[in-house]
Amino acid sequence: MSIQDEETEDRSVVSYRSVDLVVSVLLFLASIILGWTNWQIGAGWAPDGPEAGYFPFYLCVLLGIASLIGIVKGVISRSDASFVGRDQFKRVLQVAIPSLAFVAGIQWLGIYVSSFLLIAGFMRFLGKSSILASLVTPVIFVVFMFYVFEKQFTVLLPKGPIERALLY
Amino acid sequence: MEALSSLIHGFDVLLTWQNMALMLFGIVLGIFVGVLPGLGGPNGVAILLPLTFSMDPTSAIVLLSCIYWGALFGGAITAILFNIPGEAWSVATTFDGYPMAQKGQAAEALTAAFTASFVGSFLAVVLITFLAPLVAGFAIRFGPPEFFAVYLLTFCSFVGLGREDKHKIVISLVIGFLLTAVGMDTVSGQLRMTFGSVELLRGFDFLVAVIGLFGVGEILLTMEESFAFRGKKAVISPTVVFRTWATLPKYWLTLLRSSAIGCWLGITPGGAIAASFMGYNIAKRVAKDKESFGQGRIDGVLAPETAAHAAGTSALLPMLALGIPGSGTAAVLLGGLMVWGLQPGPLLFVEQKDFVWGLIASMYLGNIVGLIVVLATVPLFASVLRVPFPTIAPMILVSCAVGAFAVQNAVFDIWLMLAFGVVGYVFKKLGYPLAPLTLALVLGDKAEDAFRQAMIGARGSMTVFFSNGLVGTITIIALLVLFMPLIGQAVAWVRGTRAPKIEPEAPPVSAPASEA
Repeated sequence: MSIQDEETEDRSVVSYRSVDLVVSVLLFLASIILGWTNWQIGAGWAPDGPEAGYFPFYLCVLLGIASLIGIVKGVISRSDASFVGRDQFKRVLQVAIPSLAFVAGIQWLGIYVSSFLLIAGFMRFLGKSSILASLVTPVIFVVFMFYVFEKQFTVLLPKGPIERALLY
Repeated sequence: MEALSSLIHGFDVLLTWQNMALMLFGIVLGIFVGVLPGLGGPNGVAILLPLTFSMDPTSAIVLLSCIYWGALFGGAITAILFNIPGEAWSVATTFDGYPMAQKGQAAEALTAAFTASFVGSFLAVVLITFLAPLVAGFAIRFGPPEFFAVYLLTFCSFVGLGREDKHKIVISLVIGFLLTAVGMDTVSGQLRMTFGSVELLRGFDFLVAVIGLFGVGEILLTMEESFAFRGKKAVISPTVVFRTWATLPKYWLTLLRSSAIGCWLGITPGGAIAASFMGYNIAKRVAKDKESFGQGRIDGVLAPETAAHAAGTSALLPMLALGIPGSGTAAVLLGGLMVWGLQPGPLLFVEQKDFVWGLIASMYLGNIVGLIVVLATVPLFASVLRVPFPTIAPMILVSCAVGAFAVQNAVFDIWLMLAFGVVGYVFKKLGYPLAPLTLALVLGDKAEDAFRQAMIGARGSMTVFFSNGLVGTITIIALLVLFMPLIGQAVAWVRGTRAPKIEPEAPPVSAPASEA
C-alpha cells in the first residue's frame, strides 16, 4: 500500500531499469536451466501421451521468450526512475534482517522465544516504545499465540530448550 | 424455483449458533485484516487456512469467506480516514473519500462506502444464486478438452485484460505453473525440477507462496514508507446513516452500472482492483461536472466501492461452478476446498449441496452482518491504525510464519516464505502482477492433467480443442481475449483514418500492484 505523493530527496540505491534488467536476465537463465532439465526427462511424445517434461518444457520456452522481451525492453528503455531510495532501502533492511534472524531463531529457540525477541526488538529499537511496553506486549502476544495454536487448534509449533524445560 | 428452495436449504445448514459465531468472528477478523496495511485478503485467508483443516468444510468456508467480506469492507475505512488504501481495491476510494473526510463528511463517506459495498455484493450474490447452478449444470457435460479450454480462457483473460506489461503477466503465469510442476509428476511418477533436493520433492505449497508473496512482501513494501498515520476521526451516528441512505436512491444508476462492471470483471478474472478503477472512471466520464470529481463527491465513493465488491463477490461464481477462481483470494479459497477433500467444479452442486448452498446463504447473511458490524465499529478499527507500525509489523510477520509452518509442519516452509516475500517485494515494485501467479499455482496441476487427458484421448492432436462446437467456441473466445489488445489497436488504427481517436481514460498508475 504505497502513497507516492510525499517523495522526498531520497538518493536512489539502484535504478528501476537495472533491477528490471537483472530480473529479466535471471528469468531467462532460469528458463534455459529448467528447460534443459525438462528436456532431459523427456519433453516429447510417449505411446501413452505427452512425457513428464512436455508441459514444463514448453512453459520454459514461453518464459524464455517473455523474459527476452523484458531484456529488450529494459535495454532500450531510457527511464532513470529509481527502484528504491537509500532511506527506503534502509527501512526495508530493518525488517528484512531481523526477519532472517527470526526464522533462524525458530530453529534454535523455538517459535515462541523467537517471536518474543522479534516483537520486543522491533518495539524497542524501531518503535522507540518504553522498556515495559516492549516486554509486556510480546509476552501477551506469545501467550495468546500459545493458547490459540497449542490449546485450541492443536497445531504443534516448533519449540526450543525453554519450552522443553517447562515440560512441553 | 429450484435455486430458491436450495437457498432456503442453505440457510437451514447455515443457521446454527456455531456457524453464526464463526461468521461474526470471521467478519471482525476480516475488517482487521482489511484495515491493516501488510495484511490483505489472500494472505489473511491463507494464514488461517491451516487452522481449518480439522473443521467441517461448511463451517470452514463460512469462516474464511467472511474474512474475505470483512477485508472488502475494511479497506474503505483506512482509505477514507487516512488516505491510505488498506487494500489495493480501495485505492480509487481515496480519490473522493479522503477529500470528503477533510471536509468533515467522514461519516457520510464511510456510510456511503459501506452501503455501496453492500449493494454491489448483494447484486453479485443474487447473480451467483441463479446463474451458478445453470453454469454448473451446463459444465457437467464438460470433458478434459472443455476444461482445458476454460482454463485457457482464464489464463488468456489475465493476459488480455491485465493492465500490466503483457510479458510480465505471462512471466507471472508461467512461474506459477512451473512452481506447481516441481516435485513428483502425478501421472508418470517421475521427478521434475527437484535438482536432487529432498525438500523439493513435496513441491511448493501454494499457501506458503501466497503468505510469502502477499504477506511478507507487503510488509517490506509498507516499511519503505516512513509511516506516520494522521487520520481523520469519525463516529457514525444513526442520524448520519439514515440521512446518507436517504440521498442514495438518486444514485441508483451509478450503483447499478458499477455493479454490472464489477460482476463482469469478477467473473472474468479482471478482479476487484480493475473493477474499482473502471467504476470510478466511468462514473466520472458520464458525469456532467467532471471537475468536481476528486474534491469529495459522494458518487466518487459509491462507484468504486460498488464495483470492487461486486467483483470480489462474483469472483466466487466461476470458482463454485467451474472450479476456476476469479481472484487471488478466490484462488486461495479454492485451494482450501481441495485441502478439505472437496473436488471443486460443477459436480460440487450435485455432490455437496450443503456446502455450496451453505456458502451462498452465508454470502447473503455475511454481507448484512458485515454492514452492521462495520458501521458500528469504525472508531475501534480506526484506532487500530494509531498503534505504531513497528508494533504491528512483527506480529504480522509471526502470524505469517505460523501460517506457513502449519501447512505441513515444516520449518523449511518458513524459509521458503521469506524467499517468496523477497520475490513478492521485487515483483510488486517492478509491476509484475501476482494474481496470475497465485491462480496458476492453484490450477497448474489441474490444467496440466486436463491437457494431458485431452491429448491422450485425441492421440496427440491439438485439433481436439476445436473438435466440437462447445470446446471450439471456448478456445476461440480464449484466443480472441488473448489478442484483444492487438485487435483493439487494429480497430483503432482503421478508425483513426476517419474518426478522431477516443483514448480510453488511463487508470492512475499510482495503484499498488497487489491483488484482490
